[in-house]
Amino acid sequence: MSLAKPVDDNDHVLGASDAAVTLVEYGDFQCPHCRAAHFYLKNVLATMGNDLRFVFRHMPLSQIHPMAQLAAEAAEAAGAQGEFWPMHDAIYENQDLLSPALLTRLAQRLGLGMQQFADDVGSHRFLAKVKEDFMGAVRSGAVGTPSFFINGEPYEGSFDDESLIDALRFAAQARAPHAAKGLHVRGPRAH
Amino acid sequence: MEALKAGVRAPEFELNATPDQRIKLSDFHGQRVILVFYPADWSPVCGDQLALYNELRDEFAKHKAMCIGISVDGAWCHAAFRENRGYKLALLSDFEPKGQVARDYGVYRSREGLSERALFVIDEEGVIRWAYVSPIGINPGADGILKALEEMDRSTS
Repeated sequence: MSLAKPVDDNDHVLGASDAAVTLVEYGDFQCPHCRAAHFYLKNVLATMGNDLRFVFRHMPLSQIHPMAQLAAEAAEAAGAQGEFWPMHDAIYENQDLLSPALLTRLAQRLGLGMQQFADDVGSHRFLAKVKEDFMGAVRSGAVGTPSFFINGEPYEGSFDDESLIDALRFAAQARAPHAAKGLHVRGPRAH
Repeated sequence: MEALKAGVRAPEFELNATPDQRIKLSDFHGQRVILVFYPADWSPVCGDQLALYNELRDEFAKHKAMCIGISVDGAWCHAAFRENRGYKLALLSDFEPKGQVARDYGVYRSREGLSERALFVIDEEGVIRWAYVSPIGINPGADGILKALEEMDRSTS
Protein backbone atom coordinates (compact mmCIF):
# COMPACT_ATOMS: atom_id res chain seq x y z
CA MET A 1 0.00 0.00 0.00
CA SER A 2 1.39 3.40 -0.95
CA LEU A 3 1.95 6.45 1.20
CA ALA A 4 -1.52 7.88 1.84
CA LYS A 5 -0.42 11.44 2.58
CA PRO A 6 2.08 13.17 0.29
CA VAL A 7 4.98 15.09 1.80
CA ASP A 8 3.91 18.68 2.45
CA ASP A 9 4.84 21.84 4.36
CA ASN A 10 3.71 20.39 7.68
CA ASP A 11 6.34 17.69 7.45
CA HIS A 12 9.77 17.68 9.03
CA VAL A 13 12.13 17.45 6.10
CA LEU A 14 15.90 17.14 5.66
CA GLY A 15 17.28 17.71 2.19
CA ALA A 16 16.06 19.44 -0.93
CA SER A 17 12.53 19.09 -2.28
CA ASP A 18 13.94 18.23 -5.72
CA ALA A 19 16.10 15.37 -4.41
CA ALA A 20 15.96 12.28 -6.60
CA VAL A 21 14.59 10.13 -3.81
CA THR A 22 12.39 10.73 -0.78
CA LEU A 23 12.50 8.49 2.27
CA VAL A 24 9.63 8.79 4.74
CA GLU A 25 9.98 7.17 8.15
CA TYR A 26 7.09 6.57 10.53
CA GLY A 27 8.79 6.28 13.88
CA ASP A 28 8.24 6.04 17.62
CA PHE A 29 10.71 7.73 19.99
CA GLN A 30 10.56 4.87 22.50
CA CYS A 31 10.90 2.07 19.95
CA PRO A 32 14.30 0.35 20.19
CA HIS A 33 14.24 -0.56 16.48
CA CYS A 34 13.67 3.09 15.59
CA ARG A 35 16.64 4.00 17.75
CA ALA A 36 18.77 1.52 15.83
CA ALA A 37 17.41 2.92 12.56
CA HIS A 38 18.28 6.44 13.71
CA PHE A 39 21.98 5.62 13.84
CA TYR A 40 21.87 3.85 10.48
CA LEU A 41 20.02 6.81 8.99
CA LYS A 42 22.81 9.18 10.01
CA ASN A 43 25.08 7.20 7.75
CA VAL A 44 22.47 6.97 5.01
CA LEU A 45 21.97 10.75 5.01
CA ALA A 46 25.70 11.46 4.95
CA THR A 47 26.27 8.99 2.12
CA MET A 48 23.32 10.00 -0.04
CA GLY A 49 23.95 13.74 0.32
CA ASN A 50 21.81 15.87 -1.97
CA ASP A 51 20.24 12.86 -3.64
CA LEU A 52 18.05 12.22 -0.59
CA ARG A 53 15.17 13.99 1.06
CA PHE A 54 14.29 12.48 4.45
CA VAL A 55 10.97 12.97 6.24
CA PHE A 56 10.15 11.89 9.78
CA ARG A 57 6.55 11.35 10.86
CA HIS A 58 5.19 10.14 14.17
CA MET A 59 3.75 6.73 14.89
CA PRO A 60 3.84 6.46 18.68
CA LEU A 61 2.53 3.12 19.94
CA SER A 62 1.67 4.67 23.26
CA GLN A 63 -0.01 1.70 24.86
CA ILE A 64 3.19 -0.29 24.73
CA HIS A 65 5.56 2.71 24.86
CA PRO A 66 4.13 5.02 27.51
CA MET A 67 6.64 7.84 26.82
CA ALA A 68 6.34 7.78 23.04
CA GLN A 69 3.43 10.17 22.65
CA LEU A 70 4.87 12.77 25.03
CA ALA A 71 8.25 12.55 23.33
CA ALA A 72 6.61 13.12 19.94
CA GLU A 73 4.76 16.16 21.27
CA ALA A 74 7.98 17.48 22.82
CA ALA A 75 9.79 17.10 19.49
CA GLU A 76 6.97 19.07 17.84
CA ALA A 77 7.21 21.72 20.56
CA ALA A 78 10.94 21.97 19.82
CA GLY A 79 10.03 22.13 16.13
CA ALA A 80 7.80 25.13 16.80
CA GLN A 81 11.00 26.85 17.96
CA GLY A 82 12.96 25.67 14.92
CA GLU A 83 14.72 22.79 16.69
CA PHE A 84 12.84 19.68 15.60
CA TRP A 85 15.83 17.75 14.27
CA PRO A 86 18.19 18.47 17.17
CA MET A 87 15.42 17.35 19.56
CA HIS A 88 14.65 14.29 17.43
CA ASP A 89 18.32 13.29 17.51
CA ALA A 90 18.73 14.03 21.21
CA ILE A 91 15.72 11.91 22.16
CA TYR A 92 16.95 8.89 20.22
CA GLU A 93 20.45 9.33 21.55
CA ASN A 94 19.15 9.35 25.14
CA GLN A 95 16.31 6.89 24.63
CA ASP A 96 17.34 4.69 27.56
CA LEU A 97 16.72 7.65 29.90
CA LEU A 98 13.46 8.78 28.32
CA SER A 99 11.24 10.53 30.88
CA PRO A 100 9.39 13.85 31.20
CA ALA A 101 12.42 15.22 33.07
CA LEU A 102 14.78 14.16 30.28
CA LEU A 103 12.64 15.97 27.69
CA THR A 104 12.86 19.14 29.79
CA ARG A 105 16.64 18.76 30.16
CA LEU A 106 17.06 18.26 26.42
CA ALA A 107 14.92 21.32 25.71
CA GLN A 108 17.11 23.34 28.07
CA ARG A 109 20.26 22.01 26.46
CA LEU A 110 18.96 23.13 23.05
CA GLY A 111 18.34 26.60 24.45
CA LEU A 112 14.59 26.53 23.84
CA GLY A 113 12.29 29.13 25.37
CA MET A 114 11.32 27.00 28.34
CA GLN A 115 8.05 28.70 29.22
CA GLN A 116 6.80 28.23 25.67
CA PHE A 117 8.07 24.64 25.58
CA ALA A 118 6.37 23.79 28.88
CA ASP A 119 3.12 25.44 27.75
CA ASP A 120 3.11 23.63 24.41
CA VAL A 121 3.82 20.24 25.98
CA GLY A 122 1.50 20.81 28.96
CA SER A 123 -1.44 21.93 26.81
CA HIS A 124 -0.86 19.12 24.29
CA ARG A 125 -0.71 21.72 21.56
CA PHE A 126 0.71 19.17 19.12
CA LEU A 127 -1.35 16.14 20.13
CA ALA A 128 -3.60 16.51 17.08
CA LYS A 129 -0.64 16.75 14.71
CA VAL A 130 0.92 13.61 16.17
CA LYS A 131 -2.41 11.76 15.90
CA GLU A 132 -2.77 12.91 12.31
CA ASP A 133 0.65 11.47 11.51
CA PHE A 134 -0.36 8.25 13.25
CA MET A 135 -3.55 7.87 11.21
CA GLY A 136 -1.61 8.67 8.04
CA ALA A 137 0.65 5.75 8.92
CA VAL A 138 -2.30 3.43 9.44
CA ARG A 139 -3.94 4.53 6.19
CA SER A 140 -0.67 3.87 4.39
CA GLY A 141 -0.71 0.31 5.66
CA ALA A 142 2.02 0.77 8.25
CA VAL A 143 1.72 -1.83 10.97
CA GLY A 144 4.56 -1.06 13.32
CA THR A 145 7.70 0.99 13.72
CA PRO A 146 9.86 1.93 12.01
CA SER A 147 7.93 1.89 8.71
CA PHE A 148 9.67 3.27 5.65
CA PHE A 149 8.38 4.54 2.30
CA ILE A 150 10.70 5.23 -0.62
CA ASN A 151 9.22 7.61 -3.18
CA GLY A 152 5.82 6.82 -1.73
CA GLU A 153 6.10 3.04 -1.93
CA PRO A 154 6.51 0.84 1.13
CA TYR A 155 10.03 -0.43 1.75
CA GLU A 156 9.93 -3.90 3.25
CA GLY A 157 13.66 -4.54 3.39
CA SER A 158 16.08 -4.39 6.26
CA PHE A 159 16.78 -0.91 7.65
CA ASP A 160 20.52 -1.20 8.14
CA ASP A 161 22.46 1.51 6.31
CA GLU A 162 23.77 -0.71 3.51
CA SER A 163 20.35 -2.10 2.60
CA LEU A 164 18.74 1.32 2.73
CA ILE A 165 21.44 2.95 0.61
CA ASP A 166 21.10 0.18 -2.00
CA ALA A 167 17.35 0.63 -2.17
CA LEU A 168 17.56 4.42 -2.24
CA ARG A 169 20.19 4.46 -5.01
CA PHE A 170 18.07 2.08 -7.03
CA ALA A 171 15.01 4.30 -6.58
CA ALA A 172 17.01 7.43 -7.39
CA GLN A 173 18.24 5.94 -10.64
CA ALA A 174 14.81 4.68 -11.59
CA ARG A 175 13.48 8.20 -11.19
CA ALA A 176 16.36 10.26 -12.64
CA PRO A 177 17.55 8.80 -15.97
CA HIS A 178 20.74 10.89 -15.95
CA ALA A 179 21.79 10.00 -12.44
CA ALA A 180 23.96 7.14 -13.66
CA LYS A 181 26.11 9.54 -15.68
CA GLY A 182 27.49 11.11 -12.55
CA LEU A 183 26.47 14.67 -13.35
CA HIS A 184 25.60 15.52 -9.76
CA VAL A 185 26.90 18.60 -8.09
CA ARG A 186 27.86 17.56 -4.59
CA GLY A 187 26.61 20.03 -2.05
CA PRO A 188 26.74 20.20 1.70
CA ARG A 189 25.53 17.17 3.58
CA ALA A 190 21.90 17.12 4.51
CA HIS A 191 22.45 16.18 8.13
CA MET B 1 -11.47 -24.94 5.18
CA GLU B 2 -13.01 -21.80 3.76
CA ALA B 3 -13.47 -18.69 5.86
CA LEU B 4 -16.95 -17.26 6.31
CA LYS B 5 -17.70 -14.41 3.94
CA ALA B 6 -19.46 -11.07 4.14
CA GLY B 7 -23.25 -11.36 4.30
CA VAL B 8 -23.26 -14.44 6.55
CA ARG B 9 -24.51 -14.36 10.14
CA ALA B 10 -21.56 -14.44 12.54
CA PRO B 11 -21.68 -17.69 14.53
CA GLU B 12 -22.44 -17.19 18.22
CA PHE B 13 -19.75 -18.11 20.76
CA GLU B 14 -19.12 -17.90 24.47
CA LEU B 15 -15.48 -17.80 25.58
CA ASN B 16 -13.35 -16.77 28.52
CA ALA B 17 -11.97 -13.23 28.33
CA THR B 18 -10.23 -13.61 31.69
CA PRO B 19 -9.89 -16.69 33.90
CA ASP B 20 -13.23 -15.81 35.54
CA GLN B 21 -15.13 -13.81 32.94
CA ARG B 22 -16.94 -15.17 29.90
CA ILE B 23 -18.06 -13.14 26.88
CA LYS B 24 -20.72 -13.98 24.29
CA LEU B 25 -20.82 -12.45 20.83
CA SER B 26 -24.52 -11.66 21.43
CA ASP B 27 -23.47 -9.48 24.41
CA PHE B 28 -22.46 -6.97 21.74
CA HIS B 29 -25.78 -6.86 19.92
CA GLY B 30 -26.34 -3.26 18.77
CA GLN B 31 -22.59 -2.63 18.53
CA ARG B 32 -20.10 -3.42 15.84
CA VAL B 33 -17.43 -6.00 16.60
CA ILE B 34 -14.03 -6.42 14.98
CA LEU B 35 -13.08 -10.03 15.59
CA VAL B 36 -9.34 -10.56 15.21
CA PHE B 37 -8.25 -14.18 14.98
CA TYR B 38 -4.50 -14.53 15.44
CA PRO B 39 -2.32 -17.63 15.69
CA ALA B 40 -0.78 -17.28 19.13
CA ASP B 41 0.18 -14.99 21.99
CA TRP B 42 3.84 -13.93 22.16
CA SER B 43 4.81 -14.29 18.50
CA PRO B 44 6.24 -10.98 17.26
CA VAL B 45 3.89 -10.32 14.34
CA CYS B 46 0.78 -10.80 16.46
CA GLY B 47 2.24 -8.49 19.05
CA ASP B 48 2.62 -5.70 16.52
CA GLN B 49 -0.82 -6.31 15.07
CA LEU B 50 -2.53 -6.23 18.44
CA ALA B 51 -0.46 -3.22 19.53
CA LEU B 52 -1.75 -1.34 16.51
CA TYR B 53 -5.39 -2.26 17.16
CA ASN B 54 -4.93 -1.45 20.81
CA GLU B 55 -3.73 1.99 19.77
CA LEU B 56 -6.76 2.44 17.53
CA ARG B 57 -9.43 1.66 20.14
CA ASP B 58 -10.65 5.27 20.16
CA GLU B 59 -10.68 5.39 16.38
CA PHE B 60 -12.72 2.17 16.23
CA ALA B 61 -15.07 3.55 18.90
CA LYS B 62 -15.82 6.51 16.61
CA HIS B 63 -17.33 3.93 14.29
CA LYS B 64 -19.17 2.26 17.21
CA ALA B 65 -16.89 -0.74 16.93
CA MET B 66 -15.16 -2.80 19.59
CA CYS B 67 -12.07 -4.81 18.73
CA ILE B 68 -11.64 -8.26 20.28
CA GLY B 69 -8.71 -10.63 19.83
CA ILE B 70 -9.14 -14.40 19.79
CA SER B 71 -6.61 -17.22 19.79
CA VAL B 72 -6.35 -20.79 21.06
CA ASP B 73 -4.21 -19.72 24.03
CA GLY B 74 -5.57 -20.27 27.54
CA ALA B 75 -7.05 -17.50 29.66
CA TRP B 76 -4.04 -17.39 32.00
CA CYS B 77 -1.71 -17.09 29.03
CA HIS B 78 -3.79 -14.20 27.68
CA ALA B 79 -3.72 -12.55 31.11
CA ALA B 80 0.08 -12.69 31.24
CA PHE B 81 0.38 -11.54 27.62
CA ARG B 82 -1.94 -8.57 28.12
CA GLU B 83 -0.11 -7.51 31.25
CA ASN B 84 3.30 -7.86 29.63
CA ARG B 85 2.34 -5.83 26.55
CA GLY B 86 0.07 -3.33 28.26
CA TYR B 87 -2.84 -4.21 25.97
CA LYS B 88 -6.33 -3.10 26.88
CA LEU B 89 -8.11 -5.12 24.19
CA ALA B 90 -10.11 -8.13 25.35
CA LEU B 91 -8.46 -11.39 24.30
CA LEU B 92 -10.67 -14.46 24.12
CA SER B 93 -9.54 -18.04 24.70
CA ASP B 94 -10.70 -20.42 22.00
CA PHE B 95 -9.26 -23.13 24.19
CA GLU B 96 -11.87 -25.79 24.99
CA PRO B 97 -12.91 -27.44 22.77
CA LYS B 98 -9.72 -26.19 21.17
CA GLY B 99 -10.23 -23.93 18.18
CA GLN B 100 -13.98 -24.56 17.98
CA VAL B 101 -14.81 -20.92 17.26
CA ALA B 102 -12.03 -20.69 14.67
CA ARG B 103 -13.53 -23.81 13.03
CA ASP B 104 -17.00 -22.22 13.09
CA TYR B 105 -15.58 -19.20 11.23
CA GLY B 106 -13.61 -21.40 8.85
CA VAL B 107 -10.19 -20.15 9.94
CA TYR B 108 -8.70 -23.10 11.85
CA ARG B 109 -5.44 -24.69 10.69
CA SER B 110 -5.77 -28.20 12.02
CA ARG B 111 -2.22 -29.20 11.08
CA GLU B 112 -0.65 -26.55 13.30
CA GLY B 113 -3.50 -26.39 15.79
CA LEU B 114 -3.73 -22.61 15.37
CA SER B 115 -6.13 -20.20 13.80
CA GLU B 116 -5.42 -18.23 10.69
CA ARG B 117 -4.67 -14.54 10.95
CA ALA B 118 -8.19 -13.43 10.03
CA LEU B 119 -10.35 -10.36 10.48
CA PHE B 120 -14.16 -10.20 10.63
CA VAL B 121 -16.10 -6.96 10.93
CA ILE B 122 -19.55 -7.75 12.32
CA ASP B 123 -22.44 -5.27 12.25
CA GLU B 124 -24.98 -4.30 14.91
CA GLU B 125 -27.26 -7.17 13.88
CA GLY B 126 -24.54 -9.81 14.08
CA VAL B 127 -23.94 -10.11 10.33
CA ILE B 128 -20.41 -10.31 8.92
CA ARG B 129 -19.85 -7.27 6.73
CA TRP B 130 -16.17 -7.72 5.89
CA ALA B 131 -13.88 -10.73 6.14
CA TYR B 132 -10.20 -11.00 5.41
CA VAL B 133 -7.68 -13.81 5.84
CA SER B 134 -4.10 -12.60 5.82
CA PRO B 135 -1.06 -14.68 4.92
CA ILE B 136 -0.12 -16.01 8.36
CA GLY B 137 3.24 -14.25 8.68
CA ILE B 138 1.99 -10.89 7.47
CA ASN B 139 0.47 -8.21 9.62
CA PRO B 140 -2.74 -7.10 7.85
CA GLY B 141 -2.70 -3.65 9.43
CA ALA B 142 -5.86 -1.66 10.06
CA ASP B 143 -6.62 0.12 6.82
CA GLY B 144 -8.99 -2.62 5.61
CA ILE B 145 -10.91 -2.56 8.88
CA LEU B 146 -11.26 1.23 8.78
CA LYS B 147 -12.43 1.15 5.17
CA ALA B 148 -15.04 -1.48 6.04
CA LEU B 149 -16.29 0.59 9.00
CA GLU B 150 -16.46 3.74 6.86
CA GLU B 151 -18.42 1.85 4.24
CA MET B 152 -20.85 0.70 6.94
CA ASP B 153 -21.18 4.30 8.20
CA ARG B 154 -22.07 5.42 4.69
CA SER B 155 -24.69 2.73 4.14
CA THR B 156 -26.44 3.39 7.46
CA SER B 157 -26.50 7.18 7.22
